[in-house]
Amino acid sequence: MAISWLPFEKDIQDLESTLERLEAAGGGEGGAEEIRRIRRELTSLKRHKYSSLHPWEAVQICRHPDRPQTLDYVDLIFNEYVELHGDRAFGNDRALRTGFARLDDQKVLIVGHQKGHTLKERTECFYGCAHPEGYRKALAKMKLAAKFNVPVICLIDTPGAYPGIGAEERGQAQLIATSIFEMARVPTPIVCVVIGEGGSGGALGIGVGDRVSMLEHAYYSVISPEGCAGILWKVADEQTKPRAAASLRMTAKDLKRLGVIDEIIPEPLGGAHRDPREMGSTLKQYLRTHLRELGMLSKEDLLDHRFQKFRGMGVFDEVAATTNAD
Amino acid sequence: MNSDSGSMARPKRGVPEGLWIRCPGCKASLFKKEVEAALNVCPECDHHFYMPAQGRIDQLLDEHSFEEWDTGLRSKDPLEFVDRIPYHQRLLAEEKKTGLPDAAVTGKGFIRGRPVVIGITDFAFMAGSMGSVVGEKLTRAAERATELKLPLIFVSGSGGGARMQEGILSLMQMAKVSAALARHDSSGGLYVCILTNPTMGGVAASWALQGDLTLAEPGALVGFAGKRTIWNTVRLELPEGFQTSEFLLQHGFVDRIVHRRDLRTEVARLIDYCEK
Repeated sequence: MAISWLPFEKDIQDLESTLERLEAAGGGEGGAEEIRRIRRELTSLKRHKYSSLHPWEAVQICRHPDRPQTLDYVDLIFNEYVELHGDRAFGNDRALRTGFARLDDQKVLIVGHQKGHTLKERTECFYGCAHPEGYRKALAKMKLAAKFNVPVICLIDTPGAYPGIGAEERGQAQLIATSIFEMARVPTPIVCVVIGEGGSGGALGIGVGDRVSMLEHAYYSVISPEGCAGILWKVADEQTKPRAAASLRMTAKDLKRLGVIDEIIPEPLGGAHRDPREMGSTLKQYLRTHLRELGMLSKEDLLDHRFQKFRGMGVFDEVAATTNAD
Repeated sequence: MNSDSGSMARPKRGVPEGLWIRCPGCKASLFKKEVEAALNVCPECDHHFYMPAQGRIDQLLDEHSFEEWDTGLRSKDPLEFVDRIPYHQRLLAEEKKTGLPDAAVTGKGFIRGRPVVIGITDFAFMAGSMGSVVGEKLTRAAERATELKLPLIFVSGSGGGARMQEGILSLMQMAKVSAALARHDSSGGLYVCILTNPTMGGVAASWALQGDLTLAEPGALVGFAGKRTIWNTVRLELPEGFQTSEFLLQHGFVDRIVHRRDLRTEVARLIDYCEK
């Protein structure tokens, strides 16, 4: 298999190569039995490993260089893709892509982060870190979609919005603020899926929707594990990053438990990159189902449910109010 | 997030104890009483010192007009988060230090006779960061402003952005408050935000920059990414005055920079222009 292994997958990798050797040797007397035994062992090892990943291991899976990104899903899921470039003000952000597409016969607008696979593409895309013009573009295309009753699909996959001088000069905070504000009332169905990294404000900037779900190994967090480790323990190293990842409760399971996401979309055994085709088909099914459901709501109900969804978020106590001392 | 911005931001947690203080702006030694009498502004160079929420209320609203809301809201510790100390202990320590149960104060009052709904975040309480309680208080304030058809005024002193100790729930407060502000806007309500030092991260990237009008005190640090985060990414010397109110004005993100002593008058005047 050409796909590279992560350090914590060592046992699985070893067993895979043993299996490959045996299979290449052609089995023969007893060999066939041995191959079957190892296959069984491998399956059970994988099932066990991937269903109980440490949050930091999940982070590594969702950052795997071969993990499918927005444009891969465009190929895997949609019948057509008409990319729309530019924010009509400053530029065309390669880290945030927008375009019309068809899901079966259904017209949709895709908005998604793109990190890039090759070094050249990654550099062009700033590793999936969008600039203000990206958020301006995304919002403009969403409004266009709403005008013509086209639902929006947001695929979130960013380590965070780009932290740089130009980004600040051009209003990184302002454009994310505007995007969140307007997405709360864009009158068309919006389905958001965190397909990889859900990095803070950069993720939320395209993350306000009627449905918000995550792929099984994705994370979604207020701060990256590196950033959190740096603040809490001064250094982000191999000891502190896993601790931060666990402390932040940022896995799909955590977010489901905290009431932040609607669904966990299962990944193929070992992660989306092990079988992009299967991942694509699961995601496609998810999108079909939810777009159909949302399509049945009136605009008014749609926006009201969207409001209530976010209105209910947060955990706090309310004690008997003390009277106002003025 | 961007809690690093707090330590980089030179805000003073209240005017230090003692009779004399040193102005970080002009380095002058100032008589503390004199600074306090000038609304915590340096009489020499107009450096705006930190101002607690109560001080803001006194300074912005008509005397005895403030009616505080939702004082019973208390943060919980849904993540069981431990930084240097457990989050639930930190909350108690911050409450003891500041006398505030959390970082936001909200309510109703009058500005030169004009009724308004007001919300203030106080930097002294966990760098003014927004967790579930801050998000809920500001959301309720926005909703009541819509209901009562009153202008909404938020004053942001949130150097901490979204509160790391409440993880993803803090991030979702950005969406929650924004959604309420969008409804207020759709209903035709006025929302004015006053940016004070510092306003960073998730707060800057949500309610602090969603006003119909954005005012800023002079010299406030306002931005998305903390300086350390930017340095770690680009390794470039940051320009003079980077991420200040003046920088934002120059780049087109602030309507007016307003000296603290003029805020009350300015806000009242702007409310009059936006009356229907």
